[in-house]
Amino acid sequence: MSTQKVILFVVAMTVVVALLLAGSAVGLAPIAEKNADIFNKRQLLLAIANPLEAAGQPAAALTDEEVLAFFDENVEQSVVNSQGELVNQEGLLAVNVDLAKERKKPEAERNYPVYKANVDNSNYYIFSVRGNGLWDAIWGNVALEQDLNTIAGVSFDHAGETPGLGAEIKDNATWRAQFVGKKIYEGEKYVSVYVRKGGALQSRAEHEVDGLSGATITADGVTKMMYEGLQAYEPFMEESATTSTSMNFK
Amino acid sequence: MATATETKEIRIEEKDPWFGSKERELMVDPLLDNNPITIQVLGVCSALAVTSLVYPSIVMAVAVVFVCGMANLTTSLLRKSIPKAVRLIVQLVIIATLVTLVNEALKALNYPVYKQLSVYIGLIITNCIVMGRLEAFAMANRPWRSFVDGIGNGLGYGLILIVVGFIREVFGKGSVFAGSGLEFKIIGAGSTYAIDTTTPDQWGSTFFGWYANNGLMVMSVAAMFIIAVLIWVQRARNPKLVDVS
Repeated sequence: MSTQKVILFVVAMTVVVALLLAGSAVGLAPIAEKNADIFNKRQLLLAIANPLEAAGQPAAALTDEEVLAFFDENVEQSVVNSQGELVNQEGLLAVNVDLAKERKKPEAERNYPVYKANVDNSNYYIFSVRGNGLWDAIWGNVALEQDLNTIAGVSFDHAGETPGLGAEIKDNATWRAQFVGKKIYEGEKYVSVYVRKGGALQSRAEHEVDGLSGATITADGVTKMMYEGLQAYEPFMEESATTSTSMNFK
Repeated sequence: MATATETKEIRIEEKDPWFGSKERELMVDPLLDNNPITIQVLGVCSALAVTSLVYPSIVMAVAVVFVCGMANLTTSLLRKSIPKAVRLIVQLVIIATLVTLVNEALKALNYPVYKQLSVYIGLIITNCIVMGRLEAFAMANRPWRSFVDGIGNGLGYGLILIVVGFIREVFGKGSVFAGSGLEFKIIGAGSTYAIDTTTPDQWGSTFFGWYANNGLMVMSVAAMFIIAVLIWVQRARNPKLVDVS
């Protein structure tokens, strides 16, 4: 076969393949985006699974449409910067803030998503955190009660932790339930929540949860992620604590 | 002119049935006697990586069956026009295109599983089974047979994947089909499991209290052992496969 024919074949093949792939990518993109959106919102709702269950709306039982509708009706999204100020930028929504990208920026320029969910007339703040597990990234959402101190629930996910060990941070609901009711402040001091290998210390039961056997490094990653992740929201918490006291309670 | 028509008619009568003994052999052989994983020892990498749970194993198996079948079909249809000098590149492009399509489709249809399988769908491109079948079979055979051969090899691969995934999930996690709607929790701590290791039975003793999930089973090395045992059992039971050398 002559070189000319070979080149012709390769060019024709490239064009056909390019059209095919471009067509599928464009055609399927809206569905994929919607799925990703629902997936992320489910993760967020998982953090407030307890209040939702109490309100008669178990997060797992919600259909995709109900998840989107709940978000439209009961969740306020905002984006804050590292100084705790609201970022008012056209078209910037909390759901579009990618913490993986934010973490690559210098600390002062980072933006963080904040969700304020209203369940049964109580407000819950949901903060997103991200860190490293054993093999790859781990991330999650932490829901705090109105006092911005007590944890109402958490949800975690991971890119590649070992199933049955590190992946339990996502799969093991009993383990995750331990976080409910823990305090991230000890008096005035920010302490976050510590995942203790071998079991939480009785004396510090308010700020510690049991580790996961066989997943020490992932659990340490969770400790670090919670500490650094929530610390980034500290300026915002201080700000909203003062404003909400003056606005809502007096 | 009349003779030409006659020969043509005779040829049609002698045409193979659409699914004859040859096709059956192509479909069944890779399942056991010529299994791509246990006999040819190809595609082991992904078999180690995705088999910690049954459900992702099934999705992966379906993806490989589709890619293998369609790649074989496409290559066989083009086999006379593919220039010999660039045939490997052409085969690779065909595989890569199909895999990308599967990836996009999975992203749109089942996002949670897409997240779970992450890079391994993309890595079907480098699966030796697919390219091996294109080069060894589809380049020299008719489209229908190539398609059957591709499906057969994909199924052979998928069969081992599901068997390994089942063993690993049951002993490593105490459940089957975790992550899908059919999840069944067999044994573990908590009332959601069929056999609850923490609650005492009617005589007040926790009969299965000693039971713990095998941490080794969730690691990739467990798949190595299981596949090795499968190879051993299969070779020991089938005298045809005993290596005399």
